[in-house]
Amino acid sequence: MAERWDLKGRDLELLLSEAETYKGESLWQDAWRRLRRNRAAFACLVFLALFALGSLLAPALPLPSPVTLTLDDEYRPPAVDFSALLVPGFRRDYWELGWIDERMVDLRVAVFGDWQTAPWLGTDGKGRDLLSRIVWGSRTSILVALAATLCSLIIGVSYGAMAGFLGGRIDNVMMRIVDILYSIPFIFVVIFLITIVNEYRTELEDQFGINRETVFYVVIGAIYWLTMARVVRGQVLSLRNSEFVEAARVVGASTARIVFIHLVPNVLSVVIVYLTLTIPAVMLFEAFLSFLGLGIEPPKVSWGLLAVDGTEGINPIKLDWWLVVFPALAMGLTLLALNVLGDGLRDALDPKLRGKD
Amino acid sequence: MALIEVRDLDKHFPVRGGFLNRVVGHVHAVNQVSFDIKRGEILGVVGESGCGKSTLGKTMIRLLEPTRGSMRYEGQDITELSHAELMPFRRKAQIIFQDPYSSLNPRQTVREIIGEAVRFHRIVPRDQEEGYIIDLIQKVGLRADAREKFPHEFSGGQRQRIGIARALSVKPDFIVADEPVSALDVSIQAQVLNLLMDLKDEFGLTLMFISHDLKVIEHFCDRVLVMYLGHVVEEMNCIDLQDSASHPYTQALLGANPINDPSDRRPLTVLEGDVPSPFDMPPGCPFAGRCPHQIELVPMRADAHIGIAPLDAGPSIQAIRRFLGQCMQEMPPLETYVEGHRVACYAVDAEAVGAAASR
Repeated sequence: MAERWDLKGRDLELLLSEAETYKGESLWQDAWRRLRRNRAAFACLVFLALFALGSLLAPALPLPSPVTLTLDDEYRPPAVDFSALLVPGFRRDYWELGWIDERMVDLRVAVFGDWQTAPWLGTDGKGRDLLSRIVWGSRTSILVALAATLCSLIIGVSYGAMAGFLGGRIDNVMMRIVDILYSIPFIFVVIFLITIVNEYRTELEDQFGINRETVFYVVIGAIYWLTMARVVRGQVLSLRNSEFVEAARVVGASTARIVFIHLVPNVLSVVIVYLTLTIPAVMLFEAFLSFLGLGIEPPKVSWGLLAVDGTEGINPIKLDWWLVVFPALAMGLTLLALNVLGDGLRDALDPKLRGKD
Repeated sequence: MALIEVRDLDKHFPVRGGFLNRVVGHVHAVNQVSFDIKRGEILGVVGESGCGKSTLGKTMIRLLEPTRGSMRYEGQDITELSHAELMPFRRKAQIIFQDPYSSLNPRQTVREIIGEAVRFHRIVPRDQEEGYIIDLIQKVGLRADAREKFPHEFSGGQRQRIGIARALSVKPDFIVADEPVSALDVSIQAQVLNLLMDLKDEFGLTLMFISHDLKVIEHFCDRVLVMYLGHVVEEMNCIDLQDSASHPYTQALLGANPINDPSDRRPLTVLEGDVPSPFDMPPGCPFAGRCPHQIELVPMRADAHIGIAPLDAGPSIQAIRRFLGQCMQEMPPLETYVEGHRVACYAVDAEAVGAAASR
């Protein structure tokens, strides 16, 4: 009986040589190829990559320190003087940076010395360089976006997929937990926690290493996977009884395999669309909290704090427009790029659109 | 020894409702079903929509857990096995699904769809996987470059071929074909049926072929189970399906089947009434409410009540039972009348079945 399945040696060679001629692509390779062909989405990807690289390497760039006050140079309007793109005058005054950032500053000092960029985008009311503040501020935004994305993807997707697939009582309990977390008014929780942290800041910082930013990231982590879990659960519920899931079960696939190999790739498009909505939302949430004075603390910079400065720049006597326009432009372009990229990714990951681009 | 022995298999689905989602009753999808499948044969299962034939098929390969009863595969009871203990059986028994659209994962290429089980069960060594998959794809009549495509790039018939290749990929002995051609065009149906027939011969498969089309069953199968509302009402060889079908439901099914012969002037049997709900099953024969015998009997039963049962006319014991309205009270047992022919009906007796068989 067994030999009916065995391939003869020569047949096998023939088949294998045939296999060589059709080298296939996985879903991901195919998606990457099609994403590259989508010009707008690919441009956005490049823009975001450069932007992320710039903010990551900010300490090593020849930018002025974002906190150096130049008191004789307040509210200088933006201007690019091509005869003096770089000017001397760098002073190494930062807040307490991490080890890696300190090394990057060392590198910067070694390479550029005390040369720094002239205030191309102008300066704010305390004479701080706006370009430098935008670049440094983007680090906070990216970190926040990354935290929320990871929470959404790792916690939200697995939690929702598991709840949807297991169903019944387990699903009920899991989704009620989500409902409870949803019902907590997080703004108040943040205010409450931050008040506590402010009260006992030295004790907490010394003993547990908890500061306002920790609270901030924990809260974002706690909120931003909830909707994702719900969205994914709904999708999985509608897919769990499909015959291809039954086929996987007949093969003997485990629950985890069915959920992560068969179901999750089928909800990817929804996940990506939702993610491109989450990232802007969380960046705005950060800006909002910082604007209220509950997020990032000066002297550190974030886009929310830049918005606060911007509002100070607008008054009936004198319009310091650049303080509003450039931070808003940075934020707007980032969010726009994220949305276009998300749209392109969704199309690229949908095999039904293959060959139609 | 039969490859598969099914004994008294029940599958009931709980129906929840009311306060706190309590179980308020059960849908009796499969009831007291017993049969054997011999190695190498094709067993047809026929019945109208909702009679439990797909549920039976899915329970047979443990996609659904049976409520009661046992299934033995090569003598081993597989109803109680755990997920891990079931693995050897998972390699032996596969299913081909009805809907070629929802049965293939839209995000996987054909290679991934077919190759999943191959890798999972280590059917062939890693370096031979590719060749093995191409071989399978060609065996079901697709080109080798189909491997890299996604399911939506194929037509319904081609998709069904992919489904067949997936079922074959673990080198199974037994395949449940759950209405594999009912979603396809008639011209494609024939192709897929012929393919199944060829593969069956080539690989020595045993098939359970579920269909609502008696024509297909008659052409394709060795034996047939006729199901009505979760019960097997008749089991017989396909060769003498036309002549010796004895259960009134089977006869009605045959009568409803058009024959492409203009001179055919059979009386058309049209069943009256509806299928009873499987939720609250009536006692007795599930077919009794629509049975032509019963309907004939209604005026006579009135006579029986006033004591003028025509006993002196020499009726058989079955006729007397039927007079007493037993059909309405007790499910008739599935009795073997002729070798390989079982019928569950009080109105059928051995002579009738024997006479039909000899015709």
